[in-house]
Amino acid sequence: MSGKLPISTTSGTDEFVKGLWRDNPVFVQVLGMCPVLAVSNTARNALAMGLATLFVLLMSNIVISSLRRFIPKQVRIATYILIIATFVTVVDYVIQAISLDLHKALGAFISLIVVNCLILGRAEAFASKNSVARSILDGLGMGVGFTFALLCLGAVREILGAGSLFGIELFHEGYQDWVVMILPSGGFFTLAAWLLVFNWAKQRKELTKEERAAAAAASARLEVLR
Amino acid sequence: MNGVQVAAPPSVWQMYRSMVGVGLLCGLLIVSVFLVTRPVIERNKAEALQRAIFQVLPDARSSATFRLDGESFAPLEGEAAGELVYAGYAEDGSLIGLAIEAQGMGYQDVIGILYGYSFEQDAIVGIRVLESKETPGLGDKIETDDEFLKNFERLDVSLTAASEIMNPIVFVKHGQKTDPWQVDGITGATISSKAIANILSRSTAYWIPKIRRGLDDFRRTG
Repeated sequence: MSGKLPISTTSGTDEFVKGLWRDNPVFVQVLGMCPVLAVSNTARNALAMGLATLFVLLMSNIVISSLRRFIPKQVRIATYILIIATFVTVVDYVIQAISLDLHKALGAFISLIVVNCLILGRAEAFASKNSVARSILDGLGMGVGFTFALLCLGAVREILGAGSLFGIELFHEGYQDWVVMILPSGGFFTLAAWLLVFNWAKQRKELTKEERAAAAAASARLEVLR
Repeated sequence: MNGVQVAAPPSVWQMYRSMVGVGLLCGLLIVSVFLVTRPVIERNKAEALQRAIFQVLPDARSSATFRLDGESFAPLEGEAAGELVYAGYAEDGSLIGLAIEAQGMGYQDVIGILYGYSFEQDAIVGIRVLESKETPGLGDKIETDDEFLKNFERLDVSLTAASEIMNPIVFVKHGQKTDPWQVDGITGATISSKAIANILSRSTAYWIPKIRRGLDDFRRTG
């Protein structure tokens, strides 16, 4: 962090949308892998973990960006962690109040939101340099993108591994559960498959863009020749 | 200095002010959320405890809470405070056993368990982890490992004539269990499974003699 900081010049909607797709925290930035792999064994767990992270990310972004002029850079990391840990504790109590079973299913991973590098990453890279409004949009976008990614993994793993989605049975009795998908190794398989899909889509998009540019250049040359 | 302008470092006071200020605000926030959610969490925990009682005493159909008053047990009235045990009764009202809460240090944090003690079998007949922050995938096997949980289908805690535990519960390494009072550990979760054995050993040494002496306190009159 130097004195002169690059202020984001993109539009507000872009601030939100970038986290959903172009800079998706899981599929593009590959951040916060520990909860992504560990608690995406069912869609319900994935959704709960995603929402908990979204809340912490949003609140810490708001507080850090409103205090950004007040925090000396020498103690900034310690202060950020303090703020993040506070909201994680709040989420921990709230989840206990909502459902003890859910709290048990998420287990130690709630406390581990503190060290999710996505949150500290957004605090350091974005909230500490941008206005509160932009930080809210950024937090929302990244949080929703993270939740979306967790749901992508959780849904696939639950459907294949338990034959259900959000606890609702999908198949006939005869369906043989693919248990490995529920186990940690299934998390790696599913993540790899999704990364493959995302990279393939990205590559295709870039290719078509290049082709279009090449075609435009060719027709322009033709015009000149005529 | 090479002509580069370096911003003056903030004074110690500034750093101190921001850290303490943020810490104070965070503390306030945590305490207020804690106070707001506490009644709900306590109600959830009481419900979970009720469910767990019937899990560790599978034959029980109803339960009642008792408090230790000196040397005897009295039915709990009013607020839940003091040292509590939960008696389980069969459909005809006969006493089946007791569910007892116990706690001890695990690998990460305190482990809280509830275990069922059967009078008839003079043994622990079920155990349920109420609270644990053990390592996911390793230490948390104490809740899911079938082989480990088999230890507690019948874990001997019979008393001597002098009303002490005849064979205190001991921990043995995986696959070395020979006697009904030994707890067969989990490979990869040694500390957590040992913690369970220690918690049970301490708790039974305290409770079982008292409970045996006060057996009549739990019987339903009429």
